Amino acid sequence: MPNKTPTIGAAQFKLLEKLCRAVGVSGGESEVRKIVDDEIKSFVDEVKVDALGNVLATQKGRGAKRLRLMLDAHMDEVGFMLVADDGDGLYRFKTIGGIDPRNLVGKQVVVGKEHTLGVIGAKPIHHTTPDERKKPLAEDALRIDLGPESKIKVGERGTFAPNFQRIGPSLMSKSLDNRLGVATLIELLKVSFPNVDLCVAFTVQEEIGLRGAKVAAQYFKPDLAIVVDATPAKDLPMQFDGENIFYNTKLGLGPAIYVSNFSTIDDPRLVRFITNAAQKAKIPYQIRQPGGGGTNAGSIQRAGVGAPVISISVPHRYTHSAMSVARVDDWKNMLALLHVAIRQITPALLKR
Amino acid sequence: MTDILPFLKSLISAPGLSAYEGPVAQLVQDKWKPLVDEISMSRIGSLHGLKKGRSKPPRPSIMIATHMDAIGLMVTKVEDGFIHLDEIGGIDVRILPGTPVIVHGKQDLPGVIVMPSLKTLPEDLRDGAIGLRHLLVDTGLLPSKVASLVRAGDLVSFNTPPTELSGGVISGHSLDNRASVAALTICLEELQTKLHLWDVWAVATAQEEETLGGAATSAFHLDPDLAIVVDVTFAKGPGADGWETFPLGKGITLGWGANLHPYLYKKFKELADKLEIPVAMDITPAHSGTDAYSIQVAREGIPTMLIGIPLRYMHTPVEMVAVNDIQRAGRLLAEFTSSLDMDFVSKISWEDEDAK
Repeated sequence: MPNKTPTIGAAQFKLLEKLCRAVGVSGGESEVRKIVDDEIKSFVDEVKVDALGNVLATQKGRGAKRLRLMLDAHMDEVGFMLVADDGDGLYRFKTIGGIDPRNLVGKQVVVGKEHTLGVIGAKPIHHTTPDERKKPLAEDALRIDLGPESKIKVGERGTFAPNFQRIGPSLMSKSLDNRLGVATLIELLKVSFPNVDLCVAFTVQEEIGLRGAKVAAQYFKPDLAIVVDATPAKDLPMQFDGENIFYNTKLGLGPAIYVSNFSTIDDPRLVRFITNAAQKAKIPYQIRQPGGGGTNAGSIQRAGVGAPVISISVPHRYTHSAMSVARVDDWKNMLALLHVAIRQITPALLKR
Repeated sequence: MTDILPFLKSLISAPGLSAYEGPVAQLVQDKWKPLVDEISMSRIGSLHGLKKGRSKPPRPSIMIATHMDAIGLMVTKVEDGFIHLDEIGGIDVRILPGTPVIVHGKQDLPGVIVMPSLKTLPEDLRDGAIGLRHLLVDTGLLPSKVASLVRAGDLVSFNTPPTELSGGVISGHSLDNRASVAALTICLEELQTKLHLWDVWAVATAQEEETLGGAATSAFHLDPDLAIVVDVTFAKGPGADGWETFPLGKGITLGWGANLHPYLYKKFKELADKLEIPVAMDITPAHSGTDAYSIQVAREGIPTMLIGIPLRYMHTPVEMVAVNDIQRAGRLLAEFTSSLDMDFVSKISWEDEDAK
């Protein structure tokens, strides 16, 4: 296999679009799993789907002393499940994963395998009072409307309607969190890394408690792990006095390297290693502001006997909403950084 | 009956905010041109199509008015690549976050209305519905590009794609009132093969959502003998089940109240019953909230009637209407128009209080 440098071009945009148009709400990741499976099968030595639906692929290196490197990207996305049929095509629902209900009202959605279209409406403004309009509509006041002759059964999952667009420097879509990560790992699998055994986990149920990654790590028993995800960019202008010091990350400054978050303190050796690799290769990067949030690293770090972990993410605005925005260059730079960094991994990296 | 869906979908894919109806007016004009004898624009942007009657002039005339303008937003300020907004027409701000839009700057720019990061907002505003002055549009473009293409006063229209749902309903933005424009178009199509003695003025009015100014001036200009307004009314749905709401897809409504002439109500009701078109009484005691309000007092007063098409989620980007109700409205309009005889006007009397 040629050791080529992975790039992002027309084929990669097409794959990302396909991944973003797929629906894979936590617990119902089949559509994404199928795309992943088709894409990677000719590049891996072994691949299996485990008891939860994780796709676990191994690509063996060739050198004598090889670390087992686990790469993780979660396949699932936030969404909802229909829980009660009120008749006339109207359904009550429960959200899956962290969705601010303020992002649901007035949105188009898709439900089930056939991507049946529906909407979440609101009562006419004409019948509301100014006071009422100041209070957010709660999830249990909203209904999914699939049209009066809907045959859809409760128990089906759904999410925001697919809406992928490439505009100027940006990618705009639902579920950039974390199809960007999934697409990145697929590209890395197309490269060969003789210095490590690549253990690539496309995981399920991240959005509802980092659950797939735990069993994936217990299966792979990696020496170290890199979690590839998408992280919020809260880099919007302040709308009152002061400076925005809680931006988390900013679009366009490069991939975000984690140092600590709600679920993990990233391994200091790996933080140093990745940032050095970026500097040496002159690849832009940013440190994600410490605190808040969480990734599968939290679960992998403490699975089994444990493993050193680090997370790296593409910044994206408006996470868990109908449409997120990320920059193509941040994605390109994340792929480039992972590529150069992984090639430099040797057992010496983990020496204390 | 011809399939109205393709035309309706094109109507609800076009911008045409109040006072800026140009793009939608062009679509309507292209569609109506072969269906009418004369077509022209009013001074403030309403479209007037004349289909001449078969009686000898001077002929009486009926005006059928459907507003074509839509609610939307306007740019108030561009800041660091983000666009601040104000509303055109009444919008419940709670429907806005995540809504796809087109910003009509020097070029049309797709974008999305976003809820800003909560920590960029004053603390007391983070938990409630985010007000319009704090919502932003992100176009995905870099700040310098946005600054060069967008300025205060530029229009922002909804960009939700038209969507067909089960049971013959369609959802999208601006179905209020493009659904009625489609109904009037069906009426014109039916009148191609139906004898009518009266002149018919098909009017797509401007500025209903803000001023009712299009309807008022068109009624003055055309001076019809009577006027029918077609607009959407409230369908039953989540959070909407009061006396003023009607089941979706189960029939249309006939307006009853001060703006609407009881004799016309009676005639429409009789005709609908004869044609077995299901109709319900839509009660608007004082102000109908439609073009009928201004048309009734044009000139020396014009007998005016209101036909309603039930619509769910009014003034959201996911309005919903049943196609069969649009067809019912179109058919009823055509049948009524062709039923008008030369002495109809002389029979109109307000003293028909028992019409209902």
